[in-house]
Amino acid sequence: MTVTLGRPAIAEPPAPDALDVVRRARRAPVRHHRRLLASLVVALAGAFAARVLLGDFTVTVPDFVRIVGGEQIPGASYIVMESKLPRAVLAVLVGVAFGVGGAIFQTTLRNPLASPDIVGISLGASAAAVSAIALAGWTGWPVSAAAVVGALAVALAVRAVAGDHGGFRLVLAGIGLAAAMQSVIQYVFTRVDEYDVQLVLRWLTGSVNGVAWQAIGLLALALAVLLPATAWVARSLRATELGDDAAAGLGVGRGRTDLLMLLGVLLVAVAVAAAGPVAFVAFLSGPIARALNRGRTTLPAAGLVGAVIVLAGDYAGAYAFADLNLPVGVVTGALGAPFLLWLLARGPLDAHRGRRAG
Amino acid sequence: MTALVPTRDDVARAPGGGQRRRPALPVSVAISVVALAGAGALSLLVGARAVPLASVWDTTHPLHAVVEARLDRTVLGLAVGAALGLAGALMQGLTRNPLADPGILGVNAGATFAMVVGMTAFGAAEMGQFLPLAFVGAALAAAVVHGIASLGRDGATPMKLAITGAALSAGLASWTTGLLLADRKTMETFRFWQVGTVAGRGTDVLVAGLPFLVVGVVLALAGARLLDTLALGDDLARGLGRRTTRDRLVIALAIVLLAGTATALAGPIAFVGLVVPHVVRALVGPDHRRLLPFSMLAGAVLVVVADTVGRIVLPPAEVQVGIMAAVVGVPVFIALIRRTGRAL
Repeated sequence: MTVTLGRPAIAEPPAPDALDVVRRARRAPVRHHRRLLASLVVALAGAFAARVLLGDFTVTVPDFVRIVGGEQIPGASYIVMESKLPRAVLAVLVGVAFGVGGAIFQTTLRNPLASPDIVGISLGASAAAVSAIALAGWTGWPVSAAAVVGALAVALAVRAVAGDHGGFRLVLAGIGLAAAMQSVIQYVFTRVDEYDVQLVLRWLTGSVNGVAWQAIGLLALALAVLLPATAWVARSLRATELGDDAAAGLGVGRGRTDLLMLLGVLLVAVAVAAAGPVAFVAFLSGPIARALNRGRTTLPAAGLVGAVIVLAGDYAGAYAFADLNLPVGVVTGALGAPFLLWLLARGPLDAHRGRRAG
Repeated sequence: MTALVPTRDDVARAPGGGQRRRPALPVSVAISVVALAGAGALSLLVGARAVPLASVWDTTHPLHAVVEARLDRTVLGLAVGAALGLAGALMQGLTRNPLADPGILGVNAGATFAMVVGMTAFGAAEMGQFLPLAFVGAALAAAVVHGIASLGRDGATPMKLAITGAALSAGLASWTTGLLLADRKTMETFRFWQVGTVAGRGTDVLVAGLPFLVVGVVLALAGARLLDTLALGDDLARGLGRRTTRDRLVIALAIVLLAGTATALAGPIAFVGLVVPHVVRALVGPDHRRLLPFSMLAGAVLVVVADTVGRIVLPPAEVQVGIMAAVVGVPVFIALIRRTGRAL
């Protein structure tokens, strides 16, 4: 919606609705954002329903309501309550956490490549969690705590290496640390007595398969605290996006940016503790949500996009091949890498809306 | 780029004011030979069970079998390390990029993926079948990474290459995992190989790979002068009468042979090719006619020492070479990023 300036020579009296046009033009992004969120919620609901009801074992909606209501239907109850529903719920929670966490990183660091899964933060959380499980025998919330510690350690290390340079040095340092973290995870696997394929898949590529309700509840609890906190801190995201100096000029200090980054690290860490480092979800969600929102950053849409990606990836991995149950991380990794290569091939690498990020 | 050809600044900053003092050639050779012999001896003697020196040549000694088992992995470690060190030096020279390494630029991941495709789709089971697959995969991955990184106005800069390589590695790792899930038997054989190890591979594996390594080494050493000319820049090299495209292809073929064979023999080992040339360049200078042979020796020493240390660092289990290489390599990688950060 543009306002065309008429030639001043023709003394057309200002149209009575000029004010209205401007007001509508200024409101347009907000309305588009609302429409986008609404359609993403619809898409998420559709994907969720498909994941729970369809597949190799179809459940009707009335049956599903009765099962969730506590009624026992032989066979169906078990499959829904122990396999399909936990997978779908975990996929949504993990997707939201990765999507929001990734978008926070990409926005505050002003570089689409600086997402937690590329700069090694997801793998750091994973390495700490798998060490705690396999070597120390921990379960429950201590594992989440270990994941948080691992993620924070990698984040601080990357930051120490990169110094004030954002951009490429940060991404490269992260890639190096990600390789190191992968070695740690592989080392842990050579130490476990029994080679548990599911365990390996969860902690190297990410999987929502076979997670207990208890772990899901823990993740939901963590998100219930972290997401409102993020929404509160992210009020100043529009200023943060302009860079440290401009943000400081607008009254948004370094401390608030750091707090936002800390929340991003925590979101990613608790998600990894539940489902492992699901490849490329944090990297993909932000740019997709931004493209859908006509180039404006949006954290809620990034979270919803992440949830849709994880749900769809899990559904595809489970049913795309007849006798093969692929974990969601393999699907997102296999499809996300070409996107990353395309992003690299397409053009000015460190440009974030035309600005240099380094 | 800056690390490869000393600029006037580098020379001025060097200790000794202008003239950088490096050990004379005979001294360097002597140091390398001693290091190589020492690493080999340690590799034979040190492990979960230390053996006395006498058991090495006394065939009736009760511990002689242990030495024989260690001899296999020592020889394999020497060969793989030499190949990786040389491949890293070639890549850094060819791309004029201080961050080049067969692991970082995705060449190892390409070889791995091609081998897994061969195992699951065509039932490849012998080293003779793995090697051509590894060469094809390594060559394709190198071409894709270099092709994508070269797009755009500023060409294949070090970090574009590194990030493209990491992206390709991540994607190929996912595809590899997907294929392995479909085939549990392959997964079992793949479990330890994937980490990168020289243990328990047997001599026949090495014998199958040795001819390709020799060809790669010959090509590389013959191409040392080509790299020195290419280091001047394409325009100058052409002005000196070189056919740069052909020269690049010769070097690239050597890289594919060396990195592909090393991956087929011992699994994907990263960072050896990154660390070794930088250390060697500091000792013998940027002349490729010296850099390449010494990188070979230093790579062999590094892998054998890493394997030996990995046996005793966290008893009772062993830490694989691939993991030890990352332990050594990541700090060097980060130091390089910090030092060359301004130029990136």
